[in-house]
Amino acid sequence: MAVPGRVRDAKALSAKIPASVSARLRAVESRRYVVYVAFLLIFVFFGAMLRDDGFLSQTNLLNIVRQTTPVTVMAVAVVFVLSAGEIDLSLGAVVALSALVTADVMQSHSAVLAVAAGLGVGLGIGAVNGLFVTLVRLPSFLVTLASMGLVAGLARTITNLESVAVENQSFINVFGSGDVGPIPSLAFWSLGGVALGQFVFRHKRFGAHVVAIGDSVGAARATGIRVDRIRFAVLVLSGASAAIAGILYAGRLQGASYTLGEQDLLTVIAAVVIGGTRLFGGEGSIIGAFVGSLIMGMLTNGLILWGLSASEQMISQGIVLLLAISLTLREPRVEES
Amino acid sequence: MRTTPLVRIERVRKEFGGIVAVEELTLDVDSGEVVALVGDNGAGKSTVVKCIAGVYPPTSGQIVLEGEPVNFASPLDARSQGIEAIFQDLALANAQPVYMNMFLGRELVKGPLRRLDRETMAAETQTLLDELDVRIDSPRKTIRHLSGGQRQGVAIARAVRWAQRLVLMDEPTAALGVAETRRVEELIRRMRDRGRAILIVSHSLDQVFRLSDRICVLRHGKQVGIRRTSETTGDEIVAMITGLR
Repeated sequence: MAVPGRVRDAKALSAKIPASVSARLRAVESRRYVVYVAFLLIFVFFGAMLRDDGFLSQTNLLNIVRQTTPVTVMAVAVVFVLSAGEIDLSLGAVVALSALVTADVMQSHSAVLAVAAGLGVGLGIGAVNGLFVTLVRLPSFLVTLASMGLVAGLARTITNLESVAVENQSFINVFGSGDVGPIPSLAFWSLGGVALGQFVFRHKRFGAHVVAIGDSVGAARATGIRVDRIRFAVLVLSGASAAIAGILYAGRLQGASYTLGEQDLLTVIAAVVIGGTRLFGGEGSIIGAFVGSLIMGMLTNGLILWGLSASEQMISQGIVLLLAISLTLREPRVEES
Repeated sequence: MRTTPLVRIERVRKEFGGIVAVEELTLDVDSGEVVALVGDNGAGKSTVVKCIAGVYPPTSGQIVLEGEPVNFASPLDARSQGIEAIFQDLALANAQPVYMNMFLGRELVKGPLRRLDRETMAAETQTLLDELDVRIDSPRKTIRHLSGGQRQGVAIARAVRWAQRLVLMDEPTAALGVAETRRVEELIRRMRDRGRAILIVSHSLDQVFRLSDRICVLRHGKQVGIRRTSETTGDEIVAMITGLR
């Protein structure tokens, strides 16, 4: 009979749900939510203080989304990198080089080829970083510190410090100032990157393995996860994300220069860490990183509207960052044996 | 009289750069049997376990699984043959939930996009924990929120889930209190009752006598002898370990 069966199922269900819900609630750690609260607080604060300066205007809010897109795209990749217990310091330099290569190739070739070349730069540098980490067995901190210098130097050399203009209108529409209806095309890059990142990070075995090797390399190895393959992959992913960021800058600014991305490394890492990703691996949040990136963009935007000078902005950002990091990183952890 | 044993360790020798860690060990372990490996520090017990688990290749000798000689290049090979090892560090990812640890490296996926099937993994974990009477509120709990005994329980449950043949345990209760030790011992018995062969390294002779069917004694890498637990005494084993006879 169906009815008794259903009753039994329902009983089993009601017995199980409270246990799992309460366990989930207990597993929740407040620092995961700090980023959302901070976002709201800063938004409300600027909204109130800068109402007459147009902070809440649609144009300004869309501007924040536009300006943060490169950082958001890189932040998504960096969640993977940090969660795996690695770091990529060469991000900012790759942004500049790939933007320059894209703009330069576009002078004489099609936009498609230019984008492919720019992306190739990022993939290539990521692969070199990955090979040094996995084959030569060096820490990613040192490898990417070295490649940061190397790539930054290359970016200065290839055009002799000259900026390169981008005039291809369809490139600019797709990667820069274009709109789809009322929505800037850059928003699609942001949301697309976040959605794809979230899917892979939370719902694919790759994401689970990334977190596992950042959590315990020994456990990952013992259970047959190919640790080096994952390390290589996250560094390639990171290089590719920096290349996409460079291409997006070239589209929005309609040109490229070696200074692009100079400030981004810190902004990206700050966004990711504020968003609840552990700096030393094992835990990460894509959505958190996205909100973290919006916070960083909102801060810059709000402080500019407020009329703060560049140096005052840096000071205020530093203070806010310290505050945010003290709230997110100060974790009362249970000691692990 | 005997039929082919499930696992036969045949004249296994292991040297590290000329230093002999295990001279020559021959030992059978059958399904549904707990064999204890005892000896003083440095006797070579852990080395034996690691040779069987595929961590070290033996210098000479071989491991025979149901009559077939096998050659493990890595722990992965051993695992694909149904051999699971539980080492002292447990190989658990502390920031991950219990169910993800249960399926670490072998996660279940579903659908055309091969999404992680978290529900099934959690449900299967719950069932297994219930069957083994490992008391954890929820399979979604994070490892670092568990007690030492619960973690050990997760590691054992994982071994039960994946080990088709042999479970190797190196000091499974060294870090546990009295009550937790008893629970883990109960788990080991349940695992044996499910037909697994178990090779356990332990310093506690009390535990060895409570759990094992046979005891194999090592001293300075030499195999001193094998005794049926029911036919020997603690004094005899101690004498064998220390070399008094």
